[in-house]
Amino acid sequence: MKRFARLFTEIDQTTKTSVKTTALSAYFTQAPDADKLWCIALFSGRRPKRAVTTTNLREWAAERAGIPLWLLEESYPIVGDLAETIALVLPPPTQASDHSLSHWINVLRGLHEVPLVDRKPRILDAWDQLDTTERFLFNKLITGGFRIGVSRKLMTHALAQATKQDEAVLAHKLMGGWTPETTSFHALVEADDPAADQSRPYPFYLAYQLDDAPETLGAPEDWQAEWKWDGIRGQLILRDQAHHVWSRGEELMTDRFPEFARAADFLPPGTVLDGEILAWDDAQPMPFSALQPRIGRKTVPKKLLREAPVILLAYDLLEDKGEDMRHQPLATRRARLDAILRDLPGDAPVQASPTVSFDTWVDLAQTRAKARDHRAEGLMLKRRDSAYLSGRKKGDWWKWKLDPLTVDAVMIYAQQGHGRRANLFTDFTFAVWQGNELIPFTKAYSGLTDKEFDEITAWVRKNTQQRFGPVRQVRPEHVFEIAFEGIQPSPRHKSGLALRFPRMSRWRNDKSPQEANTLDDLRALLAAYG
Amino acid sequence: MSQPVLTFTDRGIYCPAGDFHIDPWRAVDRALITHGHADHARPGHAAYLATTGALPVIRHRLGEISAEGVAYGETRQIGSARVSFHPAGHLPGSAQIRVEVEGEVWVVSGDYKVVNDGLSEPFEPVRCHAFISECTFGLPVFTWPGQAEVAAEINAWWAANAAAGRTSMLGAYSLGKSQRLMSMLEPQGPILTHGAVEATNAVLRAQGYPLPETLQVTPDTDVKALKGALVIAPPSALGSTWARRFGPASTGFASGWMRLRGIRRRRGMDRGFVISDHADWPGLQEAIKSSGAEKIYVTHGYTEIFSRWLNDQGYDAAIVPTEFGGEDGAEGETAS
Repeated sequence: MKRFARLFTEIDQTTKTSVKTTALSAYFTQAPDADKLWCIALFSGRRPKRAVTTTNLREWAAERAGIPLWLLEESYPIVGDLAETIALVLPPPTQASDHSLSHWINVLRGLHEVPLVDRKPRILDAWDQLDTTERFLFNKLITGGFRIGVSRKLMTHALAQATKQDEAVLAHKLMGGWTPETTSFHALVEADDPAADQSRPYPFYLAYQLDDAPETLGAPEDWQAEWKWDGIRGQLILRDQAHHVWSRGEELMTDRFPEFARAADFLPPGTVLDGEILAWDDAQPMPFSALQPRIGRKTVPKKLLREAPVILLAYDLLEDKGEDMRHQPLATRRARLDAILRDLPGDAPVQASPTVSFDTWVDLAQTRAKARDHRAEGLMLKRRDSAYLSGRKKGDWWKWKLDPLTVDAVMIYAQQGHGRRANLFTDFTFAVWQGNELIPFTKAYSGLTDKEFDEITAWVRKNTQQRFGPVRQVRPEHVFEIAFEGIQPSPRHKSGLALRFPRMSRWRNDKSPQEANTLDDLRALLAAYG
Repeated sequence: MSQPVLTFTDRGIYCPAGDFHIDPWRAVDRALITHGHADHARPGHAAYLATTGALPVIRHRLGEISAEGVAYGETRQIGSARVSFHPAGHLPGSAQIRVEVEGEVWVVSGDYKVVNDGLSEPFEPVRCHAFISECTFGLPVFTWPGQAEVAAEINAWWAANAAAGRTSMLGAYSLGKSQRLMSMLEPQGPILTHGAVEATNAVLRAQGYPLPETLQVTPDTDVKALKGALVIAPPSALGSTWARRFGPASTGFASGWMRLRGIRRRRGMDRGFVISDHADWPGLQEAIKSSGAEKIYVTHGYTEIFSRWLNDQGYDAAIVPTEFGGEDGAEGETAS
């Protein structure tokens, strides 16, 4: 664990990507294979299955630290991270040890095989052998969310450097449903067997937001425009008589969307499509809120399948007849995609996402303004000769979204953030007027500068009217402009509506709370855009 | 006894028997000041009383004031109150203030730390009936590593930077922390200072506090010629144009808040060194216990949580309202 703790410390002590890369690359050169494999797993969002609850952890840590549980609970929001809070309150270790990262992960995996009563002494024993940093990492392995300033991209870059491989090839190898339990460092990283995992998706190519005028992109004829849908980005894989559906977050969603089982009836094996999974009402996408109940479920009841059937609107072809198409220009891929999908019956679960034709950027801007009529949130612009790259790259793919809707709202509750935002009030609840009453209708967490968060935090501390656990009710005094992408009816909320991607776009210091919008204003937006 | 030794007013802590305030935040006739930090020594009072060690800095910061100095342990009679100042270990000249009225003793801690930093007069526990304690770091997550350990850590960082041709830029408050740092480190090169730090150095040197040689950075300073330098500056200066002159640099911040990773990352500096002039969690317990007081008033910091903890421990604890928000972390990271 000391080696891994050293790696963490080196990464944590710098804001420079080059230093992080060097540290990771050195780790990938020197650490034992089992540790390297787990390191890859952790930085690509995989972790050992949780064997103890955070409630257990809190109780055991408080007991070991000789403090009441409430004191640990009160410290947690100030620290902003449970794993760290526990690491900090525990007394110094009394035993020395230097077991490997995978040793401690195996200790955690072993917990599943023993009754709960035997898990506690093992955790206490681990804490007693680890220093503060090692404990923090050990606790993180249990609590999850292993975000410590290393993106998957950075990890892949460093691993490519350490193993002298092409980064894109490596990124592809690291995709899919493997876990350290099902593979080895050699099989995953070093062996070159493309058939090793038939379900393996390709790394997604992601677009940047277009902030400049489209004219800056050059000649319109070099570009292809498509609607930008508000669904789940997904990859549909047909290989070897089986089909697999992956989300952009690399979650295997095959069972959640049984509609795609029929894709094999229409499409040949060796086909991989990239597109948007949308709830579909025969002719057009349904709002994202219709898709939402489908996301959380591992199995889907018949009623839901009827109410919110999904399809894939495909916009790219990554594999054709078993051949990797990604290096081909978009125009070629698109022509082939259209050819494959052209003769599909109307009830097939896959359709081509239409391209939007245009002659001038001015034309296209007018089309974009009507995106909401098409249930789209804007346009995608893709260079016709672009290859399908991996990750977020600037230059060839852009999302050109509609300007958001906005409403002025009053802040009524505040809560402290986590991680980098610990000890700062960053999570707010907003309300609009209904007569003399403020009706809460959304939360928002982002959009302000660090300085603004500092300022509002000081204000919250002095203007708290009441506390409900970590939530503070504050004097309704500050008005914020809330920007959002869409609005939907929602019987679950007191306001009767729900926003899509709400964030604070401006602190309206110039407005008094009385000048904020009303619930009727929101209902008018719902009628117009819902 | 008709009224308490000290009361809490909208101007600050007040002694009715002596008609004086301690560290008041609004103008009063007579103010007893624990130390020179801005949230304790405010301008505008008609008369000031502080330790002879603290007074030069207070004068330097507040300008023309009517002030009198008093030695540690020296007793003054003010009205029917007997008053004396005792080392708080927070910074050079800092004091706890003991107030005795008709045999009842209350102590105002000001800011304090119980460990000896080698520069400030070390904290001395004062027995009392009621103890008014700060609790800036009154949570069990705040425990400080030993000074030698932190010094070694900073020295190693400084040496590594010097070897790599980088300037080491250390953010620290200009009064107290800066001087503590410069006197505890093993020089790996020249020590350069920001004007705000050097002005305080000059005052403390004139009082006879032993500080190492430092060089104030001025527009004429050829910083590129000073290889392997450590620059000590207020944290606000590190992100400013002032800091750009040093070329390739590694930045660090020295504060108790650096114990928390979230705050450390928010600072956006390369390194955070956990070193504070306030008592940590064990230090607070130790000071409160050794005061012998049964009645504890807590102020400055996580007062709500800390007073609840003290009540759990059998003390009679309450919160002092202050202008700086009588609740959790109200001062945020201004104190360190």
